[in-house]
Amino acid sequence: MAYKNYILVCAGTACESNKGKALYEALQKEIAAAGVEAEAQLVKTGCFGFCEQGPIVKILPDESFYVKVGPKDAHEIIAEHIVKGRKVERLLYKEDKPESDPRSSDISFYRKQLRIVLRNCAVINPEIIDEYIARDGYAALEKALFEMTPDEVVKEVTDSGLRGRGGAGFPTGRKWQFTKNTPADQKYIVCNADEGDPGAYMDRSVLEGDPHSVLEAMTIAGYTVGANCGFIYIRAEYPLAIERLNTAMAQARDYGLLGDKILGTDFSFDIEIRLGAGAFVCGEETALLASIEGNRGMPVPRPPFPAVKGLWGKPTVINNVETYANIPVILLKGSKWFSSIGTETSKGTKVFALTGKINNSGLIEVPMGTTLRDIIYDIGGGIAGGKEFKAAQTGGPSGGCITAAFLDTPIDYESLQSIGSMMGSGGMIVMDEDDCMIDVTKFYLEFTVDESCGKCAPCRIGGRTCYNILDRISKGQGVPEDLQKLKDIGHAMRKASLCGLGQTAPNPFMSTMKYFEEEYRAHIEDKKCPAGKCKQMLTYTIDPEKCVGCTACARRCPVSCISGEVKKLHVIDQSKCIKCGQCYAACKFDAVKKV
Amino acid sequence: MAKLTLDDLRKLRDEKKKTLSRRSAEGKRAEVVIGMGTCGIAAGAKAVFDAFLDEMSKAGIEDVTIKQTGCMGLCFSEPTVEVLCDDMPHVVYGNVDDKTARRIVREHLAGKALVSDHIFDKPSTDIIKHR
Repeated sequence: MAYKNYILVCAGTACESNKGKALYEALQKEIAAAGVEAEAQLVKTGCFGFCEQGPIVKILPDESFYVKVGPKDAHEIIAEHIVKGRKVERLLYKEDKPESDPRSSDISFYRKQLRIVLRNCAVINPEIIDEYIARDGYAALEKALFEMTPDEVVKEVTDSGLRGRGGAGFPTGRKWQFTKNTPADQKYIVCNADEGDPGAYMDRSVLEGDPHSVLEAMTIAGYTVGANCGFIYIRAEYPLAIERLNTAMAQARDYGLLGDKILGTDFSFDIEIRLGAGAFVCGEETALLASIEGNRGMPVPRPPFPAVKGLWGKPTVINNVETYANIPVILLKGSKWFSSIGTETSKGTKVFALTGKINNSGLIEVPMGTTLRDIIYDIGGGIAGGKEFKAAQTGGPSGGCITAAFLDTPIDYESLQSIGSMMGSGGMIVMDEDDCMIDVTKFYLEFTVDESCGKCAPCRIGGRTCYNILDRISKGQGVPEDLQKLKDIGHAMRKASLCGLGQTAPNPFMSTMKYFEEEYRAHIEDKKCPAGKCKQMLTYTIDPEKCVGCTACARRCPVSCISGEVKKLHVIDQSKCIKCGQCYAACKFDAVKKV
Repeated sequence: MAKLTLDDLRKLRDEKKKTLSRRSAEGKRAEVVIGMGTCGIAAGAKAVFDAFLDEMSKAGIEDVTIKQTGCMGLCFSEPTVEVLCDDMPHVVYGNVDDKTARRIVREHLAGKALVSDHIFDKPSTDIIKHR
C-alpha cells in the first residue's frame, strides 16, 4: 500500500543543530503512537536552504511548509495534519503579503531561484541511493559509459560553458581536456570539499543533501580522462557530510556503481575520503594535493598545473563540489540547455550562502546574471530591522565589497571582478549601516593572516603588517600615510605571493578603501567611527536634559564608573569607562549618547 | 545486493520513479481531494482513501495526486471527494464508498467520464485564488 502523506524533515547541519534530530525522533514516535506508520512516510532530507526559518518540515503531496518546528510540535502535526487532515495553521510559513499562499512553491524565497545543483536537496533522502536513482541518478553515468566517448563528454562539458565554482572560474571542460590529453600510467580525480570561507556552507549542504551527485560526477570524470581512482578532500569539521558520503559510497559499491567493472563494463573506478584538519590554505589546489600526499599543506608554484602534474606527479582533475554537482545534469539535459542559462561568459547557476543582516538568511541558488538587488530584496526579504543596506561581501577573505551603487549589476565572474570583488565559492555576507567597514576588513585580514602557511614572505609579512595598520586605524591611532602604505603593500602582495591566498588577501582592504575612503579618513583624521563600531573611538556621555536619575545605567555598569544619586543627574567617568555600551542599552530615556 | 547491470539499473529507476512521483504535485493532470474531517473519517473516508490508492496502482495511474483536506462542509453527504481533472469539469462526489471510489478511478480518471449518479456539486469558488 502506498503512503498517503510524506513528511520531509530537514536533516542538514543547520537544522540538526537546532533540535532537528530530536524533532525527527519525536515525529517518528508520534507516528508510531498514532498508528499511522502505513500512511505517512517520514523522510530525512538535505538542506531546504531556508535556514532562517529552520527546522523545516514539508508535507507532501499538499506542499504544506511548516517552519521553526520544534520537537514539541510533533504531536500536533501528526494528530492534526496526518490523522485528521487539518493543517497546523500556526506553524505554516506566512509572508507579510495579503495574497500569500502557504504552498511551498509559491514562497518568494524560492520563486526567483533555479535549483540545478540543489535539485535533490530537500527532495530526496540522501541516505537512500534508490531515491537518487529515481531522480535520474546515475543516468548520466549510464549515458557516458554506454553512449558517449570520452571526447564527447569533454566536448559536452566544454560546450556547456561550466566554469569552476570554487572561485577562480576556470573552464571545467578545458581542465578535463588537459588531463585527458596527458599520457600517464596513472591519473587521479580529486574533489575539493575543503570549504573554508567564513559564513559559507554551500558545499557542505550539497554533500549532506545529495552526496551521490558528486560521486556520479567524479566517476564520469574518471571515465573521461582515464582515471580509476578518486579522492574527496573534506575537512574533519564536517562530520555529517562525511558520514553521508561514506553511506553513499557503500551503497554505490553495493550496486556496482563504484568499484570494479562498473555496470558490467571494463571501466573501474573507486573513491576514497581524505580528511583535512581545516587549514584554509588547503583549499588552494596545490596545497590540497600536498596534504593528500601526507605532506604539510603548502602550495607550490604553478605551472605545472595539477591537470598535467598533480597528485604524486600524475595528471589530476581537481574540481570543487558544486562544479561536480552540475555535471550529471549537463550530460542529461545537454550543453545547449545549460548554456542557455546565465550570462555571456558565465553559464548556469551559482549557489550562495546568504548571511549577515538579512531577513531570510539561507542557502540559495540563482541563475548567473541575477542582480544583487533580486538576491537581497526578493529572495533575502530585505535588510533585517528595516535598516539601510551598506554593502555585501562576496568571495570571503579573498573577495571584496559590493556597494549600493552596484545593486543592479548582474552577477557573474567578470562583473564581480570588475567592481573589485569576486565570485569566490559563494559566501555572501550582507552588511547594514551599523557595520564599520574597517572592522569588517580587519576581521577578514585577521583570518588570512592566521591561515597563511608562512611559506612566502609577501603573504606572511605583508599580511601581518597590513593587519597592524588596520588595527591601529581602528583604535584611533592611524596616520594619513597609512592609506598609501596599505595600497603599496597590497600591490606587492598581489604580485609576489606564491598562491591565491596571499594574492587575494589584500582584496578586502583594497576594495573597502576604494569604496569607503571617507570612512577610513574619518577614522584617521577625525578619530571617529561613523558606524559607532570601533570601541576605542567612542565616548558615552549622559545628556543632562534627558537624564531622570533612574540609576538604571549605574546599576548595569560593570566597572562602576557612573556616579549620581537617585532622581539626580548621572555622570560617566571617562577615565574608567571601558565602552561596553551597557549603559546605552539600559537607558530608557535616550539620555546616554554615543559619539 | 548483487551488482547492477545496465538493465537492472534502468528497471530499478523506473520502479523507484513511480514511488517517488507520488510525493510530488508536479506534472500531474488531476487531483483527488478527500474530505477527512472528523465527519468524513467517521463516515469511512479512510477506507475510501485506501480504495483510491489501491485502485489507482492497479490501474497503473501515476499522474494523479491524492490529497486530504479538512471538512468540506457537506457533512451529511460524507465521505466527500473532490476531483479536479485538467480537461474535465471539476466536481464533488458525495457519499463515496469503496465501490464508488473504484468507479471514480476507472470511469472518471481513466475513462474520462463523470460518475454522474454520485455527483453532488461543483466545488465552491476559491476566494483566495480569485481575489
